[in-house]
Amino acid sequence: MKVLVPVKRVVDYNVKIRVKADRSGVDIANVKMSMNPFDEIACEQAIRLKEAGVATEIVAVSAGEPKAQETLRTALAMGADRAILIESTDELQPLAVAKLLAAVVKKEEPQLVLMGKQAIDDDSNQTGQMLAALLGWPQATFVSRLTVADGRAEAGREVDEGIQTIAVKLPAVLTVDLRLNEPRYASLPNIMKAKKKPLDVVKPADLGVDVAPRLQYVQVEEPSARKAGVK
Amino acid sequence: MSVLVVAELDGGAVAKASLAAITAASQLGGDVDLLVMGSGVDGAAAGKVAGVRKVLVADAAHLAHPSAEDAAALLVQLAPAYDHLVAASTSFGKNVMPRAAALLDIAQVSDVIEVLGPDRFKRFIYAGNALATVASTDAKRVLTIRPTAFAPAAAEGGSASVEPVDLPAPSDLSSFVGQEVSQSERPELTSARIVVSGGRGMGSGENFKLLDELADVLGAAVGASRAAVDAGFVPNDFQVGQTGKIVAPDLYVAVGISGAIQHLAGMKDSKVIVAINKDEEAPMFQVADYGLVGDLFKLIPELTQELKRAKSS
Repeated sequence: MKVLVPVKRVVDYNVKIRVKADRSGVDIANVKMSMNPFDEIACEQAIRLKEAGVATEIVAVSAGEPKAQETLRTALAMGADRAILIESTDELQPLAVAKLLAAVVKKEEPQLVLMGKQAIDDDSNQTGQMLAALLGWPQATFVSRLTVADGRAEAGREVDEGIQTIAVKLPAVLTVDLRLNEPRYASLPNIMKAKKKPLDVVKPADLGVDVAPRLQYVQVEEPSARKAGVK
Repeated sequence: MSVLVVAELDGGAVAKASLAAITAASQLGGDVDLLVMGSGVDGAAAGKVAGVRKVLVADAAHLAHPSAEDAAALLVQLAPAYDHLVAASTSFGKNVMPRAAALLDIAQVSDVIEVLGPDRFKRFIYAGNALATVASTDAKRVLTIRPTAFAPAAAEGGSASVEPVDLPAPSDLSSFVGQEVSQSERPELTSARIVVSGGRGMGSGENFKLLDELADVLGAAVGASRAAVDAGFVPNDFQVGQTGKIVAPDLYVAVGISGAIQHLAGMKDSKVIVAINKDEEAPMFQVADYGLVGDLFKLIPELTQELKRAKSS
């Protein structure tokens, strides 16, 4: 079974971001970037499925600027087999990314798409659900427990009331929550080996997808600061 | 113009988060209709919510625990009559709405905290560290709203008509297996007026009893940081933060929580924040209105005792 793992390059979760003075956005020049933490968990889960003999091939995919190659190399160093970069310097919003991923899924025909439940930069929590919709596949979101067998996945989902378990027929899109697993670190030899693994680059136009943003970010401002307290 | 709010029910009544979504919907201008779905639901309580024109009831056995597949298909069927589809950003709303949005080819606006007009909204990005004004260029809009940012609509006073809806065929792509619901006598975390939260500093699940006692005196809900959940002190539905629950109570008491960016994202809109921590450099003190530096194992029992005394006198 082939597993597709979409990963996103985001500002590192420890960075205290700064809003640009002209309110046009967040200043991400010269800021440490890394793989979205939820995507690391998705990647780890795909690798565990391969180690358990359930998955045969793991394809990592990312959409964004050329530097997203670094994020894909990280996925390869963790254990993904090959990578695809959908290269675009345009702003890519969740609906556009879902369409790009749907095009890749149609080409690659994975049985499972494992991805993060949300990216920590725009905090949308949409792409996985949108991808499942576009493919007409079932979805299991916020997954913190997973078994895959006999053409179906049984997933424990973190919902507001506790844990809900559902079964979905494969192929399916699963979005993962924090508690699914503890992602591994890539070892130095694996980082070296990852440099030789295949990484294909395609453009949105090759996939026939219009990525024009539907939402305009009119302005981005600092949230109002709290008054200093007393100790 | 008209707005459809996907309302969740809580024991027959409209859930508080959905009442907040109704308030947000009414700010868009136009008529507000509700959709309730489930097995054995009648929509009677939903019809009494103030400001609602019509309640659509989707009642069927397969909607007892509606799957995203079924709920989104229903929304797509109802969408032609509406300009906006709105839900609270609960785990249900977050699961269903983007699926419906993609089927309608609409870009969703997630977790709206302010409605500036029918197509303009404010929402937080980067774990609440930046506030974005977003304009939608789509013909229809799909929104999820942050319940703590809107006052709940009055549950009484309305007299909406209640009518059943025709349902699309059930999807056989997914099925409900079971649910483990955390039992609690305390107020629900996201709607509680007072929240007492513990972090890694609590040391063990056993020690959360100290917070339970304090919460009992205050009539508060108990929350936790990710560290406390990951360490197994409390179940995951206690988690407050960017990826857990977003709360904005009148009083938030953070005990043994350092105050990482991801935790602050879930509670920094609380009216009054009290931090109790032995590390006076803890980032939580930067957002706290009142801070107490010291050992929580000494301070919490003392605080509980004082509150008990104040209450009884």
